[in-house]
Amino acid sequence: MAQASDIAAAVPVRRAASRWNQRTLAPWLFLAPGLFMFTLYVLWPIVQSVTLSFYDWNGLYGPNGEFKGTFVGAANYRELMTDPAFETSLWNNLKWLVLYMLALPIGLFIAIFLNQTVRGIRLYKSLFFFPFVISQVVVGLMFAWFYAPNFGLFYLLTEWITGKGIAILADPDLVTYGIIAAGLWPQIAYVMILYLTGLNNVAPDQIEAARLDGAKGWRMLWYVVLPQLRPATFIAVIVTVIGALRSFDLVSIMTNGGPFGSSRVLSYYMYEKALGEYGFRMGYGAAIAVVLFAIMMIFISGFIWKMWRDEKER
Amino acid sequence: MFPRPIQQASTGTQWLYTIALPIALVLWLFPLLGVALTSLRPASDLAQGNYFGMPSGIAWENYVYIFTETPIGQYMINSLWVTIPTVIGAVGLSLMTGFALAVYGFRGNVLVFFMFVAGNFVPFQILMIPVRDFTDQLGMYDTWYGLALFHIAFQTGFCTLFMRNFIKALPYELIEAARVEGVAEWRIFWYIVLPLMRPAIAALSVLVFTFIWNDFFWATVLTQGVDSQPITAGLSSLNGQWIAQWHLVSAGSILAALPPVAMFFLMQKHFIAGLTLGAVK
Amino acid sequence: MVHTLAGAVALGAALMLSTSAMAQQRVVTYNGDYDPIPLAAMEALIADFEAANPEIDIQFTNFDHEAYKNAIRNFLTADPPDLANWYAANRMRPFVEAGLFADISDVWAANGLNDALASSLPSMTIDGKQWGIPYTYYQWGIYYNRDAYAAAGVEVPGPEGVDWATFLANCEKFKAASIDCVTTGSSALWPVAGIFDYLSLRTNGYQFHSDLAAGKVSWTSPEARAVFAEFAKLQPYVTENHAAIDWQDAAAIFVQGKAANYVMGNFAVGVFKEGGMTNDNLGFMVFPEITAGLARAEEAPTDTIHLTSGAKNPEDAKTFLAYMASAEAQSKWNAAVGQLPTNKGATVDAADPFLSAGFAALSTATGGIAQFWDRDADAEYAKAGMEGFQRFLVQPEALEEILSQLEATRLRLFPQ
Repeated sequence: MAQASDIAAAVPVRRAASRWNQRTLAPWLFLAPGLFMFTLYVLWPIVQSVTLSFYDWNGLYGPNGEFKGTFVGAANYRELMTDPAFETSLWNNLKWLVLYMLALPIGLFIAIFLNQTVRGIRLYKSLFFFPFVISQVVVGLMFAWFYAPNFGLFYLLTEWITGKGIAILADPDLVTYGIIAAGLWPQIAYVMILYLTGLNNVAPDQIEAARLDGAKGWRMLWYVVLPQLRPATFIAVIVTVIGALRSFDLVSIMTNGGPFGSSRVLSYYMYEKALGEYGFRMGYGAAIAVVLFAIMMIFISGFIWKMWRDEKER
Repeated sequence: MFPRPIQQASTGTQWLYTIALPIALVLWLFPLLGVALTSLRPASDLAQGNYFGMPSGIAWENYVYIFTETPIGQYMINSLWVTIPTVIGAVGLSLMTGFALAVYGFRGNVLVFFMFVAGNFVPFQILMIPVRDFTDQLGMYDTWYGLALFHIAFQTGFCTLFMRNFIKALPYELIEAARVEGVAEWRIFWYIVLPLMRPAIAALSVLVFTFIWNDFFWATVLTQGVDSQPITAGLSSLNGQWIAQWHLVSAGSILAALPPVAMFFLMQKHFIAGLTLGAVK
Repeated sequence: MVHTLAGAVALGAALMLSTSAMAQQRVVTYNGDYDPIPLAAMEALIADFEAANPEIDIQFTNFDHEAYKNAIRNFLTADPPDLANWYAANRMRPFVEAGLFADISDVWAANGLNDALASSLPSMTIDGKQWGIPYTYYQWGIYYNRDAYAAAGVEVPGPEGVDWATFLANCEKFKAASIDCVTTGSSALWPVAGIFDYLSLRTNGYQFHSDLAAGKVSWTSPEARAVFAEFAKLQPYVTENHAAIDWQDAAAIFVQGKAANYVMGNFAVGVFKEGGMTNDNLGFMVFPEITAGLARAEEAPTDTIHLTSGAKNPEDAKTFLAYMASAEAQSKWNAAVGQLPTNKGATVDAADPFLSAGFAALSTATGGIAQFWDRDADAEYAKAGMEGFQRFLVQPEALEEILSQLEATRLRLFPQ
């Protein structure tokens, strides 16, 4: 019988031990599939791209599958420094970043405009949000049609006003602004919905208190409402920056970077150099991608830093 | 409430608002309305230069044409083949990763979490060449599953962020109580947490569906033919063949836009909850 | 045996059955990128070849034309067929240099092709060896709308064309009549290269142009500047906003008579005719002579078939290549497609005025045959050049900047 009691006494211990083991092991088991995929398709390729940016490679393997690239050190980066197309792309990226920020005030304005409780307002809100749901390919085609020389509505409108139509996509000085305007359309819709949700959560008592103090209009917005919209603004800035730097789709659909490269941005230029019809310079493309990655890292770090601070406060 | 409810304003202002709403909406959706109208315009109107006037008739045949004479139907099916497995895969993986990161306080938790978050914001171009090469070497270039696998992996980043925050917000006492009862970890996940995740799963599903349906970049990089290209890339290549045939381009555009729009209308609440990242509740 | 990619599996299964029935048949795999009409023509040729060589089975797989440019890079290493379609000159160079295309100088020697395909010999030769079989090309030149000429009261030129001064004087008349003298749609860039190539060929001749495309001469040389000087004379008469439209959009302008001339390749005739033009109002002429006395050179991009290095059945594949080089096969394929055979013993359809004019223009082009800018020049160089040409057509005042950028690109790509 002594044996039996021994066993009975041992069981909870072993159980506790196994549970402890389970709780150390469990998170990694739960993480394993996701982490594996993420490492394979996201983390490892970043390392590979950085490596590749020091090579000259046309993307072809030899007949027996051997890698045909040659190590060139920092030559790709040196070339970037004197590449006028790269310079154009960088400037255009900057234009995208700055002008995309217009999505914030405009989105906020529309959100305020729509933040009422009248009949059918829900439907209005949904319809205003529409552009964001549509693929950028479709948005690009819509605006290309809108801007088309000779019969596009924008062309006709400018012709009617100034007497001479402006073919915005044929004009090297205006083309980037034309594409940015197309990109802003869905971006404003996104920001609007963020602010609408935010406005819903603005504390009514604070607003009322401020009203009693005589605050209204701009002052109310600036001193009372905006501070409460901070979380929405933060997300809006993040998604807008990412949207601006990911501007590939619209450029590709609307102009292919033209005329003569005037509307290139880094994301498109990289694709063009690596997989475009006259491209297949994989190493050079990788170097452009690394620069784009570095720019994005500035924003990512900021975002992570803020999240980390929030985590600690919890 | 901000701004002051319109009901408290003068009758004149209320009238103004009622009129301004539809006008603003029409202006806002102008490009979309223009394209929708053009998609129903007979080809002869465009040939005669009647781009914006009254259409001479309603041409449903534009839609019939793109379905019968172009592979647009195949492109839509391809899109579903990529989108649906991606939704299932990404949501499934992130339920597990989100659970692991929300419930266990292991070493490196925060690091792994931030890695998922950061990866989500990485520019696609830094992944492009290796992912394409790797997919090609596995013989999955130009297949729906090659594209779907990448999307699953990439979307896991965003979905993990979302799931983890959602699970964090659940009452932790539930899990504690279960542990005291001696319930195994995977059963806690399956029987306690998962049933509470329905809203999160719904929100992420609609969101991921829309993201993937609308993806153009990876469709261009990882597929090329009619047999596997999704609608976005397909529409772009059809656009190359339909030059100056705006009635067809418009009809194709409207078709490509329909599924995510329908998804949005059906699941609006979830959609917006997903988009706001749970950060502004 | 011909099939498309979609049905490849099903047909593959069917094939296994048929090959077991004819056990001796040896398979040659062949990848190509044809639109429906050329595809049907190739199917007919393959059927003829298989009838004459019953022991060989050509298995042709067709790709979408655009997709093919990418696909070939994958299948040449991953899963090479025996034969593959591609293009001459610099376009085939990367594959030759990577060792993916095989040397077929023996096919050329054994079949007397150095003579029969003499006009294409230079564009098929790298390092003194031949790397493929040219089987078709098409001429470039100026297509004109007789109705537009009539509307502006300009005398209609003959197929031998007009001289440059007359052409420019005509442009002035078109301008007065609000008709674009020359139209183009350069959003895809390459159409402007056609204009530039001709200006260059006519100003300095074939050799200089060829050296320019090969990066051997400077963009700031007096000869290159002379080309841009002629380009500047033409610039005011080219359709505005060409940078935002495609060549088909410009074709519509041309068909409607809003433009009089179009510097294009013969493949555009189909589009013009679809738009409603007929042999009565559509005309063709060679590009005007600029520098008097220069031997006339023409542009005629050549399509080719190549033996791959990974071919499993090179012997039978070479038999097929020899067949594709023959006058008989080339006459048949090109008659069906409406292009020109490269074999000088082949015949063309005399009833087609554009083919006949093209055949005449090319066979009398004593100056030489250029492949087109983006096939003669290295890919990256070609793109830089085309952007420069397009920019000049939009901003002629930026000439110095364009030339210095092109020169910088040249010095980087071709270190002196």
